Amino acid sequence: MIVRISGEDQYRLDESDHQRLNQLDAAVIAAVEAGDEAAFARSFAELLDFVRANGTLVGDEEIETSDLILPPSDLTLAEAGVEFTGEGLIPD
Amino acid sequence: MAGLTGRMSTVVKAKVSKLLDRAEDPAETLDYSYQKQVEQLQNVKKGIADVVTAKKRLQLQETTLQQQVVKLDTQARQALSSGQEDLARTALERKNIAQTELQSLDTQVAELEEQQQKLTDSEQKLRAKIESFRTKKEVIKAQYSAAEAQVRISEAATGVGEQMADVGLAMQRAVDKTENMKARADAVQELEAAGTFEDITALGPGEDDIDKQLKSLSSKSAVDDDLEKLKGEIGQGAPSAGALPLPGTGGAGSDGAPPAGGSGAEQSS
Repeated sequence: MIVRISGEDQYRLDESDHQRLNQLDAAVIAAVEAGDEAAFARSFAELLDFVRANGTLVGDEEIETSDLILPPSDLTLAEAGVEFTGEGLIPD
Repeated sequence: MAGLTGRMSTVVKAKVSKLLDRAEDPAETLDYSYQKQVEQLQNVKKGIADVVTAKKRLQLQETTLQQQVVKLDTQARQALSSGQEDLARTALERKNIAQTELQSLDTQVAELEEQQQKLTDSEQKLRAKIESFRTKKEVIKAQYSAAEAQVRISEAATGVGEQMADVGLAMQRAVDKTENMKARADAVQELEAAGTFEDITALGPGEDDIDKQLKSLSSKSAVDDDLEKLKGEIGQGAPSAGALPLPGTGGAGSDGAPPAGGSGAEQSS
């Protein structure tokens, strides 16, 4: 499974990590929905750290499509709540 | 996967397929993709240049403000030496605001520096992927039948397309930040234009609108602290011959009389 952290790198993770990723993602969403700034910062960092710690870097010369794309690490709670609904963060 | 990652993935994938949709036959896809990639690389370079320009503008403002801080500090000392506590207070208030703006500029310059670094890294990564794509393109052309080539090209183009979409995102965020900072820089410029950091010798003993605004803006206690500190440094001595020439004081500094407090307190209403 290839996971990209937007603005950083792509990582190769084991399929078995999928469940843990889902849990971590759910925690982020819960924090966003609760509007809890501290919980958001903590859970989002935890999600990214898990990928960085458990994945192996995909080399710059390798061309791979990601199975999952995580938002950039400087994502704010406001962005997480608003920007990901409509048109999204990606520019045209 | 639902949640943030799911949404993010969907948005990027939509973007990538938009990039790839146009061409039908493999050779066209290859050329079109490669051309798009090279264009995007140019855009990234332009984006980096924009961030650098914005940073330079803020740094220029920093230099100006640093000079104002030094000047206002000197003027406050001069005013206090010649017994003009009110004038010294005004100078310190302005110095205080200039310093606050300086701190905020420092933070913004650091933030832009970070954006610049991130974009530079992204540019290098994209460049590597594009180079890899170029090589792959030749291999595909040489080795595969049309049908097979289509599949492989599509894979490679999607991979590079994702990288492009991601760099596009990073650029958009950098541009947004730069825009915010431009607005902030404009606000500082307006303060400057309004005379906020200007020479206080141009002011009479009375208060104008700017002064009133300043007093509400600046941290009173900080200014009071500065004033006390300055008094200590200057040593409460008689006004020196080199002091700022001030209208209305008459220069009657009789020996031994403490200059601070007297006329200044009477002037403020």
